Amino acid sequence: MMLKKTLVTAALIVSPIVLLAQGKGIDPAQLTKPLADIWPTYNGDYTGKRFSKLTQINQTTVKNLTLAWSARFTGGSLAGGGRGQFGGGGLIVGGEGTGEYPVSTDVEIKASLLMVDGTLYLTSPDNAWAIDARDGRTLWHYFWKTRGGTHIATRGFGMWNDYLYMETPDNYLVSLEAKTGKERWHKVIADFSQQYFSTMAPIVVGNHVLAGTGNDLDMPGFLQSFDPDTGELQWKLYTVPMNPGDPGVETWPSLDAAQHGGAQPWLPGAYDPETHLYIFGTGNPTPAYTKGRGEGDNLFTGSLIAVNVDTGKMAWYYQTAPHDMHDWDSAQTPVIVDAPFKGRMRKLVMTAARNGYFFVLDRTTGEHLLTSKYGSSTNWVKTLDEKGRPMRIVEKDASVGGALVSPTAGGTVNWEPPAFNPLTGLFYVPERNGFQIFYLIDLDPRGSMGLGGIESANVGSAGSFLTALDYKTGNAAWRYKYTGNNGGGGGVLTTAGKLVFAGDGASNVVAHDALTGKALWHSRVGGVTNPPQTFMLDGRQYLIVAAGDTLWAFYLY
Amino acid sequence: MSLWRGIVAAAFAAATGIVAHAAAQGAPQPPPPAAQQQPPPPAGRGGQGRGGEPAVFPAQQRPPGDPALIERGKALFTVNCVACHGADLRGGVTGGPNLLRSPVVLTDEHGEQIIPIVHGARAERGMPALKLPDDDVVAIAEYIHSVLATAQRQGAPPATNAPIPNAIVGDAAAGQVYFNAKCASCHSPSGDLQGIATRLPEGKALQNFWISGGTFGGGGRRGRGAGSMEKKIPTANITFPGGERLDGMIVRMDNFLLTVRQGDGTLRTVRRDDPRIKIDIKEPLDAHRQLLGTLTDKDMHDVTAYLATLK
Repeated sequence: MMLKKTLVTAALIVSPIVLLAQGKGIDPAQLTKPLADIWPTYNGDYTGKRFSKLTQINQTTVKNLTLAWSARFTGGSLAGGGRGQFGGGGLIVGGEGTGEYPVSTDVEIKASLLMVDGTLYLTSPDNAWAIDARDGRTLWHYFWKTRGGTHIATRGFGMWNDYLYMETPDNYLVSLEAKTGKERWHKVIADFSQQYFSTMAPIVVGNHVLAGTGNDLDMPGFLQSFDPDTGELQWKLYTVPMNPGDPGVETWPSLDAAQHGGAQPWLPGAYDPETHLYIFGTGNPTPAYTKGRGEGDNLFTGSLIAVNVDTGKMAWYYQTAPHDMHDWDSAQTPVIVDAPFKGRMRKLVMTAARNGYFFVLDRTTGEHLLTSKYGSSTNWVKTLDEKGRPMRIVEKDASVGGALVSPTAGGTVNWEPPAFNPLTGLFYVPERNGFQIFYLIDLDPRGSMGLGGIESANVGSAGSFLTALDYKTGNAAWRYKYTGNNGGGGGVLTTAGKLVFAGDGASNVVAHDALTGKALWHSRVGGVTNPPQTFMLDGRQYLIVAAGDTLWAFYLY
Repeated sequence: MSLWRGIVAAAFAAATGIVAHAAAQGAPQPPPPAAQQQPPPPAGRGGQGRGGEPAVFPAQQRPPGDPALIERGKALFTVNCVACHGADLRGGVTGGPNLLRSPVVLTDEHGEQIIPIVHGARAERGMPALKLPDDDVVAIAEYIHSVLATAQRQGAPPATNAPIPNAIVGDAAAGQVYFNAKCASCHSPSGDLQGIATRLPEGKALQNFWISGGTFGGGGRRGRGAGSMEKKIPTANITFPGGERLDGMIVRMDNFLLTVRQGDGTLRTVRRDDPRIKIDIKEPLDAHRQLLGTLTDKDMHDVTAYLATLK
């Protein structure tokens, strides 16, 4: 069902033209190119580096950044709301909901935007917009009538030619025409009644649209590949063992426990065109905090997994959080880098996990190369095993009297993407050093369910930082200390202008010297909620960043 | 060093008067915590988990069933199902699966998926065929769905009546020794902590309160040092180039600006990166924050047990 409304505005009365997004979209082959003028996929390019080759904004010029435009977004409503900025944009309504589910029109932008053909494409739960990148005007607004589900975030669009793909909280993959916002089709990607919710930005690889899931109720995670034209399922890879004899089933007390083991892949991964491997992280095991899953490793929770995009078969895995007991997903975007390591060029993949540890692997084989602790206050690890995996102090599991643990369940970093700059060789990641007391309140030997069975309290922090890790040693080249505990919120961007951009957790977006961390420029836009991004348009390099419901665009005057 | 950390932010949030002043100046409020996939901590038992939230998933969205049918189903469940699936439906001693996370139950509407299984469709997987008429299975299904509807957010099971364990597990005598060595220079059982266990009788709240330096869990009464928020707010002594001096409580701070409330209640904002302005920041909770990195769980439990004796 689709009905199209045209917002009658003064502008349209004078000039009743339908506003359309511009251009021809993105050829899948272009997605293999390094990030520069456009931003065609969640991380800018497949590597996950969030490193832009643009240099117009650099250490010398950054102090001259000035406001190009800002735009505030209001979600659609069943009453027909949804506001077009500057009098633009029609509202297109889709979705399977009956209208009974209460819908908030509040928007908090946690997505990465796409910028293709001078048009920005933005998502927030149940909403999507095309925006003129030159002035922030809404070209179209798509609103999805939801059935419900956990409306915590949506991470953005994937794009294939002139078609867009997004996930909805009630588990549909929706494809829109980029030019008009008109819906092509929507497909169920996970069972809503089993309490899945979907937030990931789909990643387009060749003729595959990769989509992950989220779930808190002890359901198995899976990554799926869909045909970009028809939306038909191509393959489905479960991230926990589902059948007797499946690899990893021996790390669970029973097949039933494995089938309820979680490991949701809820963030986009990185892709290596050479090996056809898509490398992504998986979330926590369930039940998250209690007994109920034996004492084994609980594969493939808290892991990096490499899957061949053509076959859907797992090539290798490496577990960064064996038998996690603190809801520390390892779903973060990994970063692919070709760089020297111990005297020879290696094909690397790196990840800074939510549990406070940083890992470097060989991305073709999964061979472990380096582990380091980057969360300064991290206190739950007894030892690194022979594979470099952090093995927990069992006493730091939730207990009746309380276990004082750092980081918090929110993690040293959470969903916020890191960045890697080949010019400095540094991996930039937010580092938060909170402490949380975990109390076990459900002593049932069967364990609890989901995230239940505990109470907890955040009791303080040893501070938050933007941290630059030397991938060769795992040590911090520098740590820039933010005021407050949420520095780096939103994620990180780095550029060939030798800059790093991040939110400071205190309502500023900050440009840092990539070599030293020194703050070179900042603007008080409000609490930053998404990763800063950059692109080139009409000969000008733009910086965009979101604070809540408002998008801010800067360039050099 | 000028470090304004989270527990201080919590203190600000609690000190509503100060926030009101900041708003009067037009300064934006401190930002919300970084947007995270990690939602707020799960609610404890006691049924508070669903308060005020929309019914997110179908298990909670379905209209309430017929009470008489549910009651009949409960009786049938107790006779026929409890041994394997547990009185709380979370699985039984003989190994029956947890029905509250069963894909069959979650996708069932009114027993149509459960009936064939009760009648033997999964006999080879250990579920014996039961001689129950379909309408009895429908009643059982209605009962199961009624329990499922009470499940808490983020996959947590329904609240139970099981007592919440007492979190005071430490050795009070050892805690007193630790207290005298590490805490007594600032705190006293006959002074600021007098009667703390009466104000905070619950062990977790007491422990959260003292570990966080009094910023978590409330418990302070007006006039008691341990509960007074004002004493926990960082202050700044500012000296301007001309020699003018200014003292005040910090209302807002980032790495670039600092706002203090002056003695007369007015606000003043200064640049932190102006080398001509000397700013000396005092953080009353520094000692507590440093403690977080060194405290063992045993010492924490022992001190809590000791404080629990200060009735």
